[in-house]
Order: sequence, then structure tokens, then C-alpha cells
Amino acid sequence: MESNDQGDSADKRGPASFETTSNPIAAATGEPLVIVEDVEKYYGDFHALKNINLTVNKGEVVVVIGPSGSGKSTLCRTINRLETINAGQIRIDGKKLPEEGKALAALRADVGMVFQSFNLFAHKTILENVTLGPTRVRGQKRAEAEEAARALLERVGVGVQADKMPAQLSGGQQQRVAIARALAMKPKVMLFDEPTSALDPEMINEVLDVMVQLASEGMTMVVVTHEMGFARKAADRVVFMSEGEIVEEAEPEEFFTNPKSDRAKDFLSKLLTH
Amino acid sequence: MDVLLNNLDIFVVGFRTTLVLFVWSALFSTVLGLIVGMMRVSPVPVMRGFGTFYVNLVRNTPLTLIFFFFAFGYPKLGLPEFSYTWLAIIALSLYTATYIAEVLRSGFNTVPLGQAEAARAIGLSFVPTMTRVVMPQAFRAVIPPFMSVLIALLKNTTIAAGFSVHEAGAIRAYASERGEPAMIVLLWVAFFFIVLVMILAYIQRRLEKRWKVAR
Ligand SMILES: Nc1ncnc2c1ncn2[C@@H]1O[C@H](COP(=O)(O)OP(=O)(O)O)[C@@H](O)[C@H]1O
Ligand SMILES: [Mg+2]
Repeated sequence: MESNDQGDSADKRGPASFETTSNPIAAATGEPLVIVEDVEKYYGDFHALKNINLTVNKGEVVVVIGPSGSGKSTLCRTINRLETINAGQIRIDGKKLPEEGKALAALRADVGMVFQSFNLFAHKTILENVTLGPTRVRGQKRAEAEEAARALLERVGVGVQADKMPAQLSGGQQQRVAIARALAMKPKVMLFDEPTSALDPEMINEVLDVMVQLASEGMTMVVVTHEMGFARKAADRVVFMSEGEIVEEAEPEEFFTNPKSDRAKDFLSKLLTH
Repeated sequence: MDVLLNNLDIFVVGFRTTLVLFVWSALFSTVLGLIVGMMRVSPVPVMRGFGTFYVNLVRNTPLTLIFFFFAFGYPKLGLPEFSYTWLAIIALSLYTATYIAEVLRSGFNTVPLGQAEAARAIGLSFVPTMTRVVMPQAFRAVIPPFMSVLIALLKNTTIAAGFSVHEAGAIRAYASERGEPAMIVLLWVAFFFIVLVMILAYIQRRLEKRWKVAR
């Protein structure tokens, strides 16, 4: 019920990004923040990403949807270069993704990532999970970082868990900590790779609510998810991928009610019958 | 007992040298093994390549050959001169480091990949990702095989006896010159080695206990 609360308040105090959901032109007028250009990615002989072009504007929320194995995770991972690309280029806030090294680490600090399997640091407390980045990467003082971390944990509703170990938390709580950990770096854009797929059904909403709120506060987000409710509520655009290609891009309502491509129609029919 | 007491000087010198070889080699090979082990999981292909090359080259060479190289080859290279003891330490360290590197690498592999990815995703570069996130979680899995490598190192120090280093493996030869029965001397040497190994095993158990609680 706390989570419902968050959802509602998100709707009320989400001026900027919520207006854009019904107005794709408004979203398109924002400055481009992530630009993916002619990207090709191979795993050996396997062509995982085929000629991907995608621009995400500041404050925009893009949902990536598509069958398993279509390259959604790969796309997410190339955006902060957890995977290298074979051709094309990716720019974030005007800067081309650097090679391995200090510059790349700095750029990654600006791109928050939330994984399907949470990946909280198993040997650190919840609080330490959130402060590691700010203290090590941003050079913040410990006390300062802890204060900010506690505020963030409070915001995602796990404030009382701050001194526990990750294994002591439920999946939904862990994922909210993972979101707080990413937010602690004050990222320019957040990537979510199926953040609710590993969760028990009753925990999905508590995570989605946090994401909806984040979207309403104007965070730029790329979200791989099959949660249509989230896409309808928070997304400016849906990108449909299949077999390594972007097949279709549309507003959420348009995409779900009136998909253009056969592949999207086929996929949605399967998604609905689940 | 007489054999031991009458030749205590030889035993003391021998085992002292063994400990010197062991401690320095353990130290150097751990540092070098750490560097090579990290190279082997580095995101930079050149580093990975070098790490793999080093491990394959040195680990597949018999230790005696490495000793031969340092005892007879190295002094001819016109590089800074070292005593035989230090040459033995270098040979043992270079050799043992390959095993330590492999122990560490397999230890790193016990840590789920997502841990390192999450660390990189918040902007940690390679070294802090390893030292802050991967290594603390690999530590416990690494202790038993690491200690096995150290025990092997302890025993490998006796090869230095063949290269004019007066360590414990040479005790029998010196005692024989005094007409002591070889069999009994060797039994004593073996006994002290077993004591040393048991000390290492004790340290291992302590470390494992401590890190179990820390989790
Ligand atoms: N590390 C890898 N090595 C080889 N193939 C991979 C690797 N990662 C992903 N793939 C392949 O690339 C394709 C796309 O994977 P992925 O991006 O994970 O898809 P999705 O997230 O849409 O389910 C899949 O066919 C998968 O088997
Ligand atoms: Mg995936």
C-alpha cells in the first residue's frame, strides 16, 4: 500500500515527463542524450545487433520490448560498454564512448545500470553498496556519502534495511537498493535490463512504482521490460526489437493497440495470452 | 635424538635458510601472482595475452630447469649479480607465481560475473573492481588451494640444495660428512618439514574460520 502511494504521488507531481507521454513531439524536442548510430555487434559469427539506430533525448523514457534473445540486453550493455561493439558509434551527452580505462570508468559513472539479477555486492551492507561508488569514484567524504545514501534508501522505501546484508532482503527490496545504488552516482541516464523479471509477482509493483516516480521526476531512462502497465504509464516511446533489429518504434498506446509489423503483432499476441 | 643434538648447528643453519627461501619466495610469488592473476582477467587483451603467455611458459617448465637457468645462465648475462640464495628465491618466486596466479584466477571465477559488472557499471575501474568487490568475495575460496601452493613451495625449496644453497635439503650431505647415518638424518629433516607444513595448515584453518564468520 505504501507502493500505491508512491504511484499516485508520482502521477500528481510528474509535470514534465508525464505531459510528454501524450505528446511525442515534446519529447523529441529535448536534446539528444544517448545516440546509438549504425551499431553492429557480433558474438563470434552470431549477429546480435543489426544496424541499430536509436536516440534518447534528455528526460525521455524509452521502453525496449521484444522476444527473448532479440538483443535487448546486448543493446543495454553496449550503451555503457559492458559489451564492445564491432561497428558504428555510441555517444552519451555528446561524448563518444572511450576505450577501456579511466575515461570509460568516468563515463560509466554517468550511466546508471539496473540488472535483472540485482547484483548487489554480496559482502557489503546495503549502505555500503550505495556509498561505494560515491566515495571511490566521486571522491565524496564518507559521512556525506552516507547521509545521501540514507536519504536515497529512504526514498526507495528501504531506509530501515540500511545496515543489513543484501541476502537478508527480499528480491523487491534488493532491486530498489540497486536503483538507489545507481542513483547515488547522479547519473545522466539510467538503464534498466528487465528489472522485474526475477521478482515474485507481489514484488513487481514496488519496484515499478519507484521507476514511475523516477520517470516523473524527469530522469532519462532506457527500460527493457515486458510490463505493459509501466510502458503505458511512464514511457514516451516503445522500441520493439526482434532478431537483433529495431523493427518498430511508436508511442506506447499506439504500439500496444495498433502494432504495424507482423513480428510485433505476433509477439504481442503471445504476451497477452500469458 | 643424539643425531639431532650432535648436529644441531647443521640443522639450524639448514632450516633457517629454508625459512628464508620460503618466506621471501612466498612474498614475491604472491605479489607477482596477484599481478599476473589480475592480468589474466583484465579487460585489455594485451594484458590477458601476456598473463597467459607467462603462466604457460613458466608453469610448463620443470622447476629444476628454471634453477639451472638462474644458477648457470643468469650469471653470464652480465646483469646485476646475486648470491645463490637470492637466485634461488627468484627462481622459486617466478615459478610459484604461476600457480598462485592460477589459484587466484579460479578464485575470481567463483564470484558471479554480475558482481564485477555492477562494480564497473557504477564507474569503478578495473583495479578497484578487483580489490573492492571481487577479491573480498574470492578470498575464502582461495585460501585452501593457496595454502597447498605454499606447502608445495616449502617442499620445492629443497631443490636449491642441488645449487649450492645450504638449506634443509642439504642437511643430510653435511651430516654424512660427519659420519652420521643418512636414514636417521633424513627422518629428522622430514619430521621438521612436517611440523612446518602443520603450522601452515593451522594458519589455513584459522583464516578459513575467520572469513566464514566475516560473511
Ligand atoms: N556473451 C555472449 N556470447 C555469445 N552469445 C551471446 C552472448 N550474450 C548474448 N548472446 C546472444 O545474443 C542474443 C541476444 O541476447 P540478449 O541481448 O541477451 O537478448 P535479450 O536480452 O533480448 O533476451 C541471444 O541469441 C544470445 O544467445
Ligand atoms: Mg535480456
